[in-house]
Amino acid sequence: MAAVLKIEDLHKSFKTGFLLRKKKILKGISLTVEEGEIYGYLGPNGAGKTTTLKCILGLLFPEKGKIELFGLPHHSPRAKERIGFLPENPYFYEHLTASEFLKFYGELSLKKRKELTSRVKELLHLVGLEEWANLPLRKFSRGMLQRIGFAQALFNEPSLVLLDEPLGGLDPLGRKEMRDIIVRLKKEGKTVFLSSHILQDIEMICDRVAIVVNGQIINQGTLHDLISEKILFTEIILSGLTAKELEGFGERFSFLGEKTLLKVFEEEKIEKIMNLVQKRKGKIHSLIPRTQTLEDLFIGMVQKG
Amino acid sequence: MRIIAIALNTFRETIRDRILYLLLFFAAATIIFSRFLALITVGDRVKIIKDVGLASISLFGALMAIVIGTQLVYKEIDKKTIFALLSKPIHRYQFLLGKFLGLALTLLILLLLMSLIFLVLVFLHTSQIDWNLLKAIYLIFLELLLITSVAILFSCFSTPILSSIFSLSFYLVGHLSWGLETLIQKIEAGPQRVLAQVLYLLIPDLENFNIKTEVVHNLPLSSQFFFFSTLYGVFYTLFVLTIAFLIFRKRDFI
Repeated sequence: MAAVLKIEDLHKSFKTGFLLRKKKILKGISLTVEEGEIYGYLGPNGAGKTTTLKCILGLLFPEKGKIELFGLPHHSPRAKERIGFLPENPYFYEHLTASEFLKFYGELSLKKRKELTSRVKELLHLVGLEEWANLPLRKFSRGMLQRIGFAQALFNEPSLVLLDEPLGGLDPLGRKEMRDIIVRLKKEGKTVFLSSHILQDIEMICDRVAIVVNGQIINQGTLHDLISEKILFTEIILSGLTAKELEGFGERFSFLGEKTLLKVFEEEKIEKIMNLVQKRKGKIHSLIPRTQTLEDLFIGMVQKG
Repeated sequence: MRIIAIALNTFRETIRDRILYLLLFFAAATIIFSRFLALITVGDRVKIIKDVGLASISLFGALMAIVIGTQLVYKEIDKKTIFALLSKPIHRYQFLLGKFLGLALTLLILLLLMSLIFLVLVFLHTSQIDWNLLKAIYLIFLELLLITSVAILFSCFSTPILSSIFSLSFYLVGHLSWGLETLIQKIEAGPQRVLAQVLYLLIPDLENFNIKTEVVHNLPLSSQFFFFSTLYGVFYTLFVLTIAFLIFRKRDFI
């Protein structure tokens, strides 16, 4: 597979404060996004995710490093013709209606004027905003703005879609719809670069992830490689045993009425607990083995980083 | 094509700005007010109407260019609309040029509206069309283009309030710099004269676009002056836009 996006040793700093001191934001980011994958760019707030995206789009000039889109310099209009971008908290022209807005952005990305009107309708349908085509954007809710932002990013049928926190601020239903659209893009053969701090989203849809902390990528690879499938511990919710009887089996977390949540780390103790529950005529309500999640990995990395 | 799209969007944006209509209202009110001023004037009343009318068009036109122009680029950066826009396959100079042309179109339409009110008022008094007035309006438009480019230049790196102060100073200094020209003629040859000449070259001379006196008093106007003023306006505007582009070209959008 060919590299759609290639970043090598990217450095960027900003001058801040009265004395204009240099603050390093990116400290040598290198990554490669392959064709047809959903690449998750994961990091806590202030890690440098948006700065990386702005460097890719030519909104910021890196001090050092190289960025290539489809093997072309990232700022070349030919490369930009093949990308779509959804900014974080989409800010768009409030004076325009949804269809005027899409038409304007279409004029900037499409070469053929004839296709404009039909493409506007198609995209409004895709993001479920057909009814609101003639409503000014200033009257749009956050979720609606996110959708129209998505629509503008897809106008030119891009090969690479760059999304900055695309699911932030959406309700659960809206997030599901957006996730569905992202997965559909992948099925259509498009490449998606998705920056987010919402781990659940990344875990559900991304093929590969990079974890960025303090302007440096501290780990990257496929989710399968990064997350161990070994059972870390088993969560048992049981009742009928006293706290004293459960001592030494594992961490007791909470009491839910009669119920106790027990975190057991050693496998051999599980059988012992089950025998004890049977003996005391207690009850096991649930028994869930927990493998490592992206969240565990992420928290561990951020704390180390 | 892309420049036109940006220009038309800017036109739509500015034409939907309510402050513009407030200024237009005051401009129209001042032009009509000249009729009442004429009533209490001794002498040629039409001259008063022409003088006050042209001055109002020039002043309110400049205010419109400054108020809207200083917000144009700044608003895009401040409201972050520029992020999605510059991610499209456009060059930064196309963005600036589109913004300039969009506002120029808005100003042209507003200028035509103000001129229409003014010309109708003059026609009601003289029952004839004074074509010289159109020449004065044409030069006012050139002046407005130059002021727009200056407002956009400041808007590239400064807040609207500061940019408005800078642009207004440019307008005022530009209309007073003819004094420097008079001074040069009176200074003895030497370094002080060279300094004054350099200063005069750097400071804009907006009086090159002012033919109110000639038009109102029916004084002769040379075509050479027109040609020079047009060239001066076009080149000065292009010069300012080039500086704006050079600043904008390497700007980081944080």
